[in-house]
Amino acid sequence: MQVLFLILAAVALISGVLVVIQVNPVRSALYLILNFFTVAGIYLLAHAEFIAAIQVIVYAGAIMVLFLFVIMLLNLRQPEEGGEKQHLAQKISGAALAGVTALLVIYTCTRINLGPAKEMVPGFGSTEAVARSLFTDYLLPFEVTSVLLLVALIGAVILARARLD
Amino acid sequence: MLISYLPILVYLIISIGLAVLIVALSEALGKKTHTAVKDLPYECGMVPISDARHRYAVKFYVITMFFLVFDIEAIFLYPWGVIFKPLGLFGLIEMGVFILILMVGLAYVWGKGALEWE
Amino acid sequence: MNLPVLVGLMVVKITLVLVVFLTTIAYVVLMERKVLGFIQLRYGPNRVGPWGLLQPLADMIKLLFKEEFTPPHANKTLFVLAPMIVAITAFMPFAAIPFADRILPDSLTIYGYQVDLTVAALNRGVIADVNIGLLYIFAISSLAVYGAVIGGWASNNKYSLLGGLRLCAQMVSYEVALGLSVIGVLMVAGSLSLVTIVEAQKSMWFIVYQPLGFLLYLCAAFAECARTPFDLIECENELVAGYQTEYSSMKWGLLMLGEYGHMIIASALAVTLFLGGWQGPFLPPIVWFLIKTFALIFLFIWVRGTYPRFRFDQLMYFGWKVLIPLALFNILLTGVVMMYL
Repeated sequence: MQVLFLILAAVALISGVLVVIQVNPVRSALYLILNFFTVAGIYLLAHAEFIAAIQVIVYAGAIMVLFLFVIMLLNLRQPEEGGEKQHLAQKISGAALAGVTALLVIYTCTRINLGPAKEMVPGFGSTEAVARSLFTDYLLPFEVTSVLLLVALIGAVILARARLD
Repeated sequence: MLISYLPILVYLIISIGLAVLIVALSEALGKKTHTAVKDLPYECGMVPISDARHRYAVKFYVITMFFLVFDIEAIFLYPWGVIFKPLGLFGLIEMGVFILILMVGLAYVWGKGALEWE
Repeated sequence: MNLPVLVGLMVVKITLVLVVFLTTIAYVVLMERKVLGFIQLRYGPNRVGPWGLLQPLADMIKLLFKEEFTPPHANKTLFVLAPMIVAITAFMPFAAIPFADRILPDSLTIYGYQVDLTVAALNRGVIADVNIGLLYIFAISSLAVYGAVIGGWASNNKYSLLGGLRLCAQMVSYEVALGLSVIGVLMVAGSLSLVTIVEAQKSMWFIVYQPLGFLLYLCAAFAECARTPFDLIECENELVAGYQTEYSSMKWGLLMLGEYGHMIIASALAVTLFLGGWQGPFLPPIVWFLIKTFALIFLFIWVRGTYPRFRFDQLMYFGWKVLIPLALFNILLTGVVMMYL
């Protein structure tokens, strides 16, 4: 189990880095899809099977389709070899920001007191368990989600209108 | 529970291997020739004018965005369907409100003509 | 528990199932050509072997030895990747579909090792009995879109790109309808596990409780598999062969495998969700499963031989303005009926 987690985590990290450093946006998007899969695998290892399935359906199967659509069809030309060189200042500031973030994360991690792991309740992460808390304890957020989705629909129409008129 | 996912992993590895094997076999077996005309994109014998990668109609993106919204709605319905019986009337009203709000969205999109395709 | 032995047994079982699955795909292609032939009052393939029974084999050998042509204007990596995605997304969903009841005893002694076969559903007629079986199948089939989009874009051909784009818009539109049409089954069965859903149909098939759901599922599945009357990617007079235009040799073969594989999966899933899966009297379970699945595949072919194709605007109209509202209505109706009857 530990080995599987380490492999998945390593692939997740590497693909995450590749998303950022790829010049070709299509490749970036494909690495991001790989990244979503590894994260789904990690959810599965944590016994959250429902969330793992949702991760694949929503992120890999829906959101990335939209991303890929936009990237592929907005006529983004592939940059010529060595066409756009990054400035030295860009590189230095990027590295500095990443370094500061890493230091903050490490600092926070050293401050946390990790207690002994809790006993897992039977049925943890199953669809029934998720459903039960979603439709009883988190009723209001659930209903508000529908309003959020409604806003997204209206937003999409208005954006498209602005382009068409 | 995790052991029940092991066959899926094995199945995935075997089917990836199979797909790679088939592509590699046909790559190795067939002969290859290139001529200037054959290398052109196929356009029913016409000489292609300009690149294929144009900008395409915004409708395609709009449909994908609608899909995103309704896909998420469907995702909420799965866990609800599973525990529908124990939830009872309370659950039905709850989901009725949720579906109603999204039906309003569908009606809006419909009324605005965003689903028309001419 | 003996992990290497277990994995070994899994490999044997999965390889067997995959071989049968691939052979079935090859013969469904032949069946389609034969049935279409009879519908159109001609013979269909009848030269290779008796009744053309060796035609799939001949086709496979021919495809393997055809020239493998990757156009220089294409994006090489993605061009090779797309047919693999199509094929793998067509193979994978079968892992969760129960095709029989028990196929092996609970435990077995192999070379002196006592192996418990109840682990990971090894003794059952399903490859992986997972709690989220239905979601797993939808998750994999939601990835099938990538084959069309990546293949169409990588070919760098106008027909391919427009074909891929249209197919993608079609698949995402009907994916919603497909997803919504099966909620009623979940409400009746109370589980996402396909094994449990089949067992819940022991006394009555779910098509009886969900006639509208079954109809909606069929329409959406026809569109999702891009079959007539929704086969707009095969609109020869407009788009040549859609995103498949630049493909040749076994790469095209993989696209074909994928297309027919999706059709078989859609039929098998319909059987599992609505028609009682492997349940049936007298005959062994696997025979019942095959009979029902092939009946639906026959329906797919019959429809192809009977109906003309939709226009793209009609397709979008039907998906968004008919199927989705009806599917939502079906869910609420099921809820009210279950509450008060």
